[in-house]
Amino acid sequence: MRAPPLSPHLSAYRFAYTMALSFGHRISGLFLALGLPVLVWWLMAAAGDESAYAQVANVLSGWFGRLLLLGWLGAFLLHFCNGIRHLFWDAGLGFERHQARRSALIVVVTVALAFIVCAWLLFFGGGAP
Amino acid sequence: MSLRTPLGVALGRGSAKSGVHHWWVQRVSAIALLPLTAWLLVSLIQLPLADHAAVASWIGHGWNPVLLCVLVLVMAWHSQLGVQVVLEDYVHHHLLKTLSLLASSFFHVLVAAGGVYAVLRIAFRSP
Repeated sequence: MRAPPLSPHLSAYRFAYTMALSFGHRISGLFLALGLPVLVWWLMAAAGDESAYAQVANVLSGWFGRLLLLGWLGAFLLHFCNGIRHLFWDAGLGFERHQARRSALIVVVTVALAFIVCAWLLFFGGGAP
Repeated sequence: MSLRTPLGVALGRGSAKSGVHHWWVQRVSAIALLPLTAWLLVSLIQLPLADHAAVASWIGHGWNPVLLCVLVLVMAWHSQLGVQVVLEDYVHHHLLKTLSLLASSFFHVLVAAGGVYAVLRIAFRSP
């Protein structure tokens, strides 16, 4: 039996910037998976008493906690927007090269703007820790 | 021209059903996560996150615990499917691949169960 086809060998292709989004989708997805236990940790603390919650809120509002949260915010926005792009492809739309490049640009600009707005609202708008 | 029958070529390549199912569930969960995660982000922005009482009462309020449980379950499911594909693609050592897939499955079940448990604990406490 012939060997089954493998995933694309990354080194075999000339670099195009749409590829960066393709890696970015996987890397942001993996990073978001690492955020799942933190989300559950936060929910568990909220289910506990005052001091348990204060401890978690303290860690997450420290500089390292905020850095991680910013990372997860960026990863989420990228995975969210690029995921919509993937769903359009799954529906058979936007496969032409110029369309894929334009949608990549739309994703990057949208993510950058949404990141600035959300980060500002989360950390400086109102009741953030 | 090959003398092999079409059946002979197709056999041994794995089922044409479970792979499609995996792909399909990943898309269905992705579509479900669009409104759910957007709702969570908007809610987190509006919540006073340092205030334990406010956070707990929001989690237990109305339909929020139901949506949060669905969110945690669908997120864990979507993540399980995605991480599985990445591990299958990039971990080539057979034993390591098996062990990492096993670890990923256990991790995601634990996350899903833990999230639902925490949300329900809050929900059943608040009136």
